[in-house]
Amino acid sequence: MTERRAQASVFDPAILSLPRVGRLHLGRWLSAALMLLALALVIKAFADGDIAWKVVGQFFTAPAILGGLVNTVIMTICAMALGITLGVVFAIMAMSPNLVMRGCAAFYIWFFRGTPLILQLLIWFNLALVFPTIGIPGLFSVRTIDVIGPFMATLLGLGINQGAYTAEVVRSGILSVDHGQTEAAKTIGMTRLTTLRRIVLPQAMRVIIPPVGNEVVSMVKLTSIASVIQFSEILRNAQTIYYANARVIELLIVAAGWYLIVVSILSLGQIALERHFAKGRAGAGARNG
Amino acid sequence: MAETALSAPMVKALSVTKRFGTLAALDDVSLEIAPGEVVCIVGPSGSGKSTLLRCINQLERIDAGAIWVDGELAGYRQDGGRLVELTDRDIARQRLASGMVFQRFNLFAHMTALQNVIEGPVTVLRQPKAAAIAEAEALLARVGLAEKRNAYPSELSGGQQQRVAIARALAMKPRLMLFDEPTSALDPELVGEVLAVMRDLAKSGMTMVVVTHELGFAREVADRVVFMDQGRLVEQGPPAQVLGAPEHQRTRDFIAAVLS
Repeated sequence: MTERRAQASVFDPAILSLPRVGRLHLGRWLSAALMLLALALVIKAFADGDIAWKVVGQFFTAPAILGGLVNTVIMTICAMALGITLGVVFAIMAMSPNLVMRGCAAFYIWFFRGTPLILQLLIWFNLALVFPTIGIPGLFSVRTIDVIGPFMATLLGLGINQGAYTAEVVRSGILSVDHGQTEAAKTIGMTRLTTLRRIVLPQAMRVIIPPVGNEVVSMVKLTSIASVIQFSEILRNAQTIYYANARVIELLIVAAGWYLIVVSILSLGQIALERHFAKGRAGAGARNG
Repeated sequence: MAETALSAPMVKALSVTKRFGTLAALDDVSLEIAPGEVVCIVGPSGSGKSTLLRCINQLERIDAGAIWVDGELAGYRQDGGRLVELTDRDIARQRLASGMVFQRFNLFAHMTALQNVIEGPVTVLRQPKAAAIAEAEALLARVGLAEKRNAYPSELSGGQQQRVAIARALAMKPRLMLFDEPTSALDPELVGEVLAVMRDLAKSGMTMVVVTHELGFAREVADRVVFMDQGRLVEQGPPAQVLGAPEHQRTRDFIAAVLS
């Protein structure tokens, strides 16, 4: 300490005119070189490998693949819409002062988070075995097999399962909003539900969107497990084609390419949404007291 | 206050008790506040003064006693020989009688100053938006913040946020304003601007209950000062009496501690 102090006492103003040189960042250059090398090796391996890239290009826009892509996207949108709706409803129920509501929400979350998704899909798809007809007695009745086909079974399976997870995300978002906001809303005469809709949920969105965005991305890919109940999404259609022409890797690359494209577009949408709900949170200009 | 003694009280608290667990935050407190009166409640922290304020607008439920605000029994309706608890919606309606200003401002963080002020009139009172905006602009001008209408709370100083919060409460046209330590979270140089707005409000004849540590403000503006300690109302009277020549030792100790 004493030695440093002695040196520091030499305050030479001449240093102000000296040029400043940045650090060398050797680690960055080295890691960049290693990564490029690894990338080159991977590219070379795929180029030399037994992959018919012409077949990939040929099937990338094949009608069966595009049809599967459309089904995948539609299913993602519908299942997520159902999941988010159920998630918000059950999150609000889980935080209700009404004990029955809370119990109901707890059971829903416990049941659908506690069993494998693929099992739930199979149950929905085979519902006709247990209930040959569904309806309201005296009003209407339909054959289960006509209503719950592959699309409906996938939608119910994915959407209801998603709702159980989203409920927890929404609940954590609601908890993240300062209790003072709720009290202020009460003092201007708002009821509980109005407070949630106008004050709490809009602020909770900031916390809710990143994990829900994550779940949308995961839903795009989860639709692929619906191939087990014959829902004709992109992976199932790719498989159907390679069963016929034996171009397994080529068609899997086609499917992978489309998944990446869809997920990239969704990620851009998430960035825009996050910006929108960040309003009033201009951290830099914030002052308090 | 000869005139106010004749009219019905704006607030009447009768033997109010509020417990948090085993702690009695309010212990058999009775208090009347006349229309147009400005009452400052002072006392050490934990004395129950904020709790009393929060019971008046039903942010807390009382365990015993009764409170009337603007002639209505808070939280219950009398049905024959019984008191029946009101619904959420009725309690929300009763809260419209009073406006509240919080220590931590509690402005809606996702709304601009103007949106904060019109939120209640538009969403709760169903006023047409154009009329609500015109009134909100007048209120923001009244608290000296006309040019900050489009600023978000995070872009305002504490003093500015608190003045917007006062405008937001006034937009609901309350009969009574409750202030819960409105200047305690402010930097010292910002206290004056908030007190100035409150002083104007008192002059306009608004009934005000102010929980505060600003004894100077209490001395100057209050019609009556109430001193509370350990959940009980210790003494009350004109500011000159309670702050200048307190009867109780506890009051004397408190005033000495605040002024030192």
